[in-house]
Amino acid sequence: MTTTNHEDQGRQPGMNRITIDLKPRQEEPAATVLRARTPEPADATAAASDLEPEDFVFELDEVRVRYGDFTAVRDISFKVPRNRITAIIGPSGCGKSTVLRSLNRMNDLVPGASVLGRIRYNGEDIYDPEVDAVEVRRRIGMVFQKPNPFPKSIYDNVAFGPRLNGYKGDMDELVEASLRRAALWDEVKDKLRSNGLSLSGGQQQRLCIARAIAVEPDVILMDEPCSALDPIATLRIEELMFELKENFTIIIVTHNMQQAARASDVTAFLTMGEDRAGYLVEMAPTERLFTRPESRLTEDYITGRFG
Amino acid sequence: MTAMTGPLQRPPLKTSGGNARRRTAFNRAMGVVLSAAVLLALIPLVLIIAVIVANGLPAMNWEFLTSTFNFSRREPGGGYLHGLVGTLYMGGLAALMSIPIGIAAAIYLTEYPRQRLAGLVRFFADVMTGVPSVFVGLFVYTLLVRQIGFGTFVGALSLAIIMLPIVVRSSEEILKLVPGELKRGSYALGARHWQTIFRVTLPTAAPGLITGAMLAVARALGETAPLVLTALAAQSVVLDFQGGGQTALPLLIFREARGAFEAGQQRAWAGALELMALVLLLTIIARTIGARSRYGR
Repeated sequence: MTTTNHEDQGRQPGMNRITIDLKPRQEEPAATVLRARTPEPADATAAASDLEPEDFVFELDEVRVRYGDFTAVRDISFKVPRNRITAIIGPSGCGKSTVLRSLNRMNDLVPGASVLGRIRYNGEDIYDPEVDAVEVRRRIGMVFQKPNPFPKSIYDNVAFGPRLNGYKGDMDELVEASLRRAALWDEVKDKLRSNGLSLSGGQQQRLCIARAIAVEPDVILMDEPCSALDPIATLRIEELMFELKENFTIIIVTHNMQQAARASDVTAFLTMGEDRAGYLVEMAPTERLFTRPESRLTEDYITGRFG
Repeated sequence: MTAMTGPLQRPPLKTSGGNARRRTAFNRAMGVVLSAAVLLALIPLVLIIAVIVANGLPAMNWEFLTSTFNFSRREPGGGYLHGLVGTLYMGGLAALMSIPIGIAAAIYLTEYPRQRLAGLVRFFADVMTGVPSVFVGLFVYTLLVRQIGFGTFVGALSLAIIMLPIVVRSSEEILKLVPGELKRGSYALGARHWQTIFRVTLPTAAPGLITGAMLAVARALGETAPLVLTALAAQSVVLDFQGGGQTALPLLIFREARGAFEAGQQRAWAGALELMALVLLLTIIARTIGARSRYGR
């Protein structure tokens, strides 16, 4: 289906600006959004147009991630508003997780991975040669798809990050506060010494969230955090995200559209081109993206006609 | 899509039609063959244990465990305390030398698997595993014994050389089992590479690493050939680090088992029992630690 859109694009080179209106969708070739190479604040980030420019935590500019010779994602330009939940949705293999991992330089750990373009975090280019990837990761926490508590006690799991940083304060207090913020304290306060792996899947994931927030990050990246959880545990995580956004900026990758619709403020939709590289189709306030998508591709995806 | 098979076309549930009988018979026959193979493989093991216990137990007593050679080795009495001390002394030293280096090398192999040096280390570890232990003895003899003489240290060194490749390869396999998601979890919290190794990788792998190391120690304790050329012999308990001869249980067994005295041969049987019990003990400890908390509990 992208073929026709690309052809449309070829015939209408002038149409590279997306305007927000209620024209019938078919008159707007979706691919134009992707081809809008100049990252005008109006296109992908029109989403957060009600926010001041300094309220963006991340600004991605023409980001392209390659694994060896394979381009996993290309032409990704968007901005992530502070203290909001930003969801990244899209079909499997479109590079959602790749984009997420490039935000805290976890891609550095993948042999052969390279990130081109610019990713600014609070205005600073995190791929600047002088920037220490470890420092980046201390500010930008991450929660993974599969809960991965360390095979240590619940207490030691939460205290892991602060200990790395040589935390000098009252560790008991910090552990309790982190577990409370992760809505796990009441369930584990009597068994802080038992192994983190003895918890249920949903509890393990909240433990991982507690572990991430114990180092007081600025941003929490969540890579399909609920895909291994049952619906009730999923709902608890979503409620938790809602509480956490007061203090943190959350970016969540999900393949669950309902989750994005329920739990996020802003949604970015990625899809895959013929070259198997993922690209950004559109980004908008969640409600608008799900009710009045600008792109045909988005509409097809959210209505279940594709993906 | 595909045409559904009607219920009437399905074979009956009772296995009588077609080649069902032949398949059942073949299955049963293979079961018998495999069980027989297991039993055959167990025969030598059981025989060795039985013979050692049967011959060693009569000569085994408190005196044997707690005393050294009597004045006359022609007579019954006396024991292998000096051999036990030498075995534990050299085994302990060898463990101190080979386990840290072996685990460090294994960390290198798993953390930097793509380096050319890693391939080289892995290759030489494999080659070393296959080197006959008497060559190791000759190597240490040529390199060190001719300069500094026989003794505990050179004996321990030859044992350490035998243990090293075993430790490296077993540790590498264990370290490879540490889930990448745990390491990523650590990196995502801002841990540096060495912090991840020391706080996540090694603690997670610890039970397995201990098991591998114990099995390497058990292997080294039974070695005889390299010790003949490095530790040489001793008549009483030797605590010197280097300089005099040293002895070990396998050396005493070797020496008295081929001796002419009935009493000596009896002691050799008891010594064999003692050594076997020691190795068995180490193996059981290793397995217990390994079984507990493979990953979690």
